[in-house]
Parts: sequence; C-alpha cells; structure tokens
Amino acid sequence: MYLTDEERAWLAGDAGPATRRALEIVVALARIYGAERLIPVESVQISGVSYRNLGDAGVEFLRHWVEEGARVRVPTTLNPAAMDMVDWTAQGIDADFAAHQQEVLALFSAMGVGGGAPVPTCTPYLIGSRPAMGAHVAWAESSAVVFANSVLGARTNREGGPGAIAAAIVGRTGAYGLHLDAQRRSTVLVKANDPPRTIADYSALGALVGQQTRNAVPYFVGLPLDLEEPLLEEKLKALGAAMAATGSVALYHVAGITPEARADPQLAATGETLAVGPLAEGYAALSDPADSDAADIDLVWIGCPHASLHEIAYVAAALDGRTLRIPLWVTSARPVKAVAEMQGLVAKIEAAGGRVFADACLAIGPVRELGYRLVATPSAKGAYYLRNLAQVSVQFAPLDACLEAALR
Amino acid sequence: MKEQEDAVVFMGRVIKDGVAEGEALVSPEPIGFLGGVDGATGLVTERGHPLEGQSVAGKVLVFPGGKGSTVGSYVLYQLARNRLAPAAIINQESEPIVAVGAIISDIPMVDRVPIARIRTGDFVRVAGSEVTLWPAGTRAAE
Repeated sequence: MYLTDEERAWLAGDAGPATRRALEIVVALARIYGAERLIPVESVQISGVSYRNLGDAGVEFLRHWVEEGARVRVPTTLNPAAMDMVDWTAQGIDADFAAHQQEVLALFSAMGVGGGAPVPTCTPYLIGSRPAMGAHVAWAESSAVVFANSVLGARTNREGGPGAIAAAIVGRTGAYGLHLDAQRRSTVLVKANDPPRTIADYSALGALVGQQTRNAVPYFVGLPLDLEEPLLEEKLKALGAAMAATGSVALYHVAGITPEARADPQLAATGETLAVGPLAEGYAALSDPADSDAADIDLVWIGCPHASLHEIAYVAAALDGRTLRIPLWVTSARPVKAVAEMQGLVAKIEAAGGRVFADACLAIGPVRELGYRLVATPSAKGAYYLRNLAQVSVQFAPLDACLEAALR
Repeated sequence: MKEQEDAVVFMGRVIKDGVAEGEALVSPEPIGFLGGVDGATGLVTERGHPLEGQSVAGKVLVFPGGKGSTVGSYVLYQLARNRLAPAAIINQESEPIVAVGAIISDIPMVDRVPIARIRTGDFVRVAGSEVTLWPAGTRAAE
C-alpha cells in the first residue's frame, strides 16, 4: 500500500504514540479492505459512546489513548450516549451509571471531539455537519452513514468504533469501498408495491428492503416523492436508518430524488428487481406478538434517529391539550431540542406528560433496567435495537397509532 | 542444529508489527471475543467452541478469523491489561474486530498464513511478517 512520507513518519512514532497507534489501525483496516492508499477526510463521526456498550475495558482503553496524547485532527462529532447528559435523573438513571457515562464524554472532550464540547447525536446532519456531494468523510453511526452517502452524496464507509476514532486522530481513512466510484453503483432495483406515505411507512419499507438485500445498494423507483415533498428528509432518514439496521445498507439511490441518481441516470441497476410489500409485513416483522408477557405498552419512544424539529412539532400538535396515560419520550440532538423549547413545542409535550430528552438513545440505554417491558415506537431501527440490545418487547407501529396508544 | 532443521518459515502479512513466541493454540473455528472469551480469566467460554475451557493467555493463538460484535476489540484489550492476552495472533484472513483489538492491545499479529499447517502444541515465533514454526517436541530442549 502506498503511504506518504508524513504517514511513514507517523508510523515511526514522529507524531507521538497516540498518532502512531491510530495510524496503525487505519492502515490495518485499509489493508484488510484492499485499499491502495489513504485519503484525507473532512469530518469524522464516532460511535461507541454508550457506557453500556463500551464497558469498563472500553473506557480504560479510551483513557489510555487520551493519556498517550490522542487528539482529533479534523472536525469530529459524537454518537448518542446512553442517557440525557443533563436530565438523566428524570430518566431514572442511577448515579453510578451516570458517573461512568460522564467519564466517557469527558474522555471524548479531552480528545477535542466537538471542539471539546461534543453534542451526542446520531443526526449530525441536523446540527450543521453536512458534507457536500463528493466529500470524503469517515462516519460510524450506520443511520448517519447511509444519510451522508445517499441524501447528501458524500462518501463514507461504515466505520467501526475504534476505527472512526483512529480516523479522526489521523484525519484519514483507507480509499476503499464507497469512497470509490465503482462501488457506488446500485446493485438491485427496488419497487414498492405498497406506496409508503408517512415517515413510519418509509421505516417499514426500509425494514423489509434491509432484510431482503443485506448489504446491497438499492435503487428505488416509483416512490411517491418529489423534491418539494413535505418532510422529504425525514422520510429518507427513516428509510435509510431502517435498511442500515435490518441489513447493512450504507448507500441507496431514489430515482429523481437523491443527488447521485439525479446527476447520473446510468446509476440505475440493470438485472435483479425486488418488489417489496405490503408495508404491514414490515411493521409486523419488528413487533412482538400481542399475547407476549408484557400485555400493555408501558413506554412510547419517538426519535430514532434523533427527531427533527418537524417531527417534534408533529408530536407537540398531536398532544396539545391532551393527557398521556403512559410515559412518552422524544429523543433529539440538544440544539434541536433548544429550538423546540424556544418555539413552545417542548412545553406542549411536557404539559401532556411526555418528555423530550437530548443526547440519549434508548436502544443503547438501560431501558429494561428502568423497568420497561413493552415499548412502542414508529422506528424500525428503534424496534430492532430495543429487541436485540435493550432486550425489551416492542410494537413497531405508525406514529399516530403509537400516540393513540399512549393517550387512550 | 536440530531446531534449524525442523523449523518451517511462512511469510504472512503484518497486521500489528512485533516479535513474540510461544506454544500454539489452534482453533479450526472463528473466535468471537465478546461473549466468547472471558476478559477476566482468559478462558474461552463460548458453548461448544473447539477451545471451550482453554486459556488463551501467553499462547500464539491461531484461528481463521474473528466473528461477532465489534466490542470484541475491547475484550482483547481487557485481556492484555490483565496480562492474559495471547502472545501473538495468527489468522488465515484478518477482519477488523481482531485486527483493531490486536493493535490497541500491542499484540503482534499476522494473517495470510497457512494455518492448517500449525497444530496445538507446536512452538511458534512471530517476527513482523515472518512466522517460524517448530513442530511439537522439536524444540523441547529450549
């Protein structure tokens, strides 16, 4: 593999042990994936932030790397934590767990992530980190990766946890996979037999496509979308996040909508065509049977990936003047929550008995330990990880149905 | 001398540069470190795994490649902190979990070595890309 003089010097230790270790990781991954060289990246997005997933060994390693002098060389954002870093007591998180999670955030701050004050979110693109079409980045969160590649036309592979930190420290990643033109062509043509309408419908469609195509590059035709569509980004965000959860899709195209499909009509796959539907199958695939142990929904979760301002506004309007009978949590990026507060949306949700938490992701949080057993969510990704990581039962349903269940 | 006559040398691909040696512990099956190896004891804990119940500590651990959760990288780090890490790792074909784990834990690692030629109990030395193998018994006088 070709390395520059600077890269050789870093591997020899000229820039200190933390940079050497980081470059060793980036080079090893580049070799494994057959890259011929490294390329500079404009930004990095790091996953593996939850103390619940990192464990003590992960935290110990991060501390060791910081002590070696690990500092990021490019703008870097951070995935959600297991809790709201301010309002964790309202979530019922215990102080010992919170202390560990706070230490993780402090370590990333010490590395210079987020300019030393990271904003934990899975939607960096909703708070200003929006790479341009063709820009090379190294992002790790699977739903952000698929958004950056597909909706923005930027270029990133699905980086792993330590691999993304390493990329941030050296400002480079291997030139392989989705950084290369040839890998960005679609591999399967997808037709939705049952046209999606709501954001949750796009999530259900994504769940089915992800299950059936695994790591393909789907090219959607015939979706009822146009560029003036209300909530277009929310729909594309939901579609991608679902495919990245039930499959490992990192890039998709939508005819006439996504930037690369608009720029190059030749991207469309020839050959295999997948007809998908009905959407009810997508909802059912990620829902536990109604006759399971937990007979009644005890929590509604909205905001996977983190809710946009539009999504928060929709919930606020639906709950305005009403009273929830069970907890309803909306998760979002802290700056998005701040705007929602200024617009009075958070007050409406709280008046109904709901909460808007920032920084947090329930799928990687201690949901089961908090006593919840059956969670309803309009997100396929949320449902998938609640079952597999948080280990609670789930109802994946349209947003209106989730809200009605909480109000009934 | 005898060890020179019996030794076999393979050239692999460096994943983590370094020099280490020890007795080979060979698994014909992939290893998933998260849930598969106990970071506190060094014992393989995966039910039904060919190495179940054996310790990886100080061994030259030879297996086709990694599997399972990406958090497995940190289990290797935990083993290293507890001085229970393998002395070196040899894979048929490396994948990111074990590769990253070896790098963050300073465990010399090579891949693209014909691992079917290595048996548990053989004595193995890893030095950069070079793997030297003494079949079991031939280096007993060391």
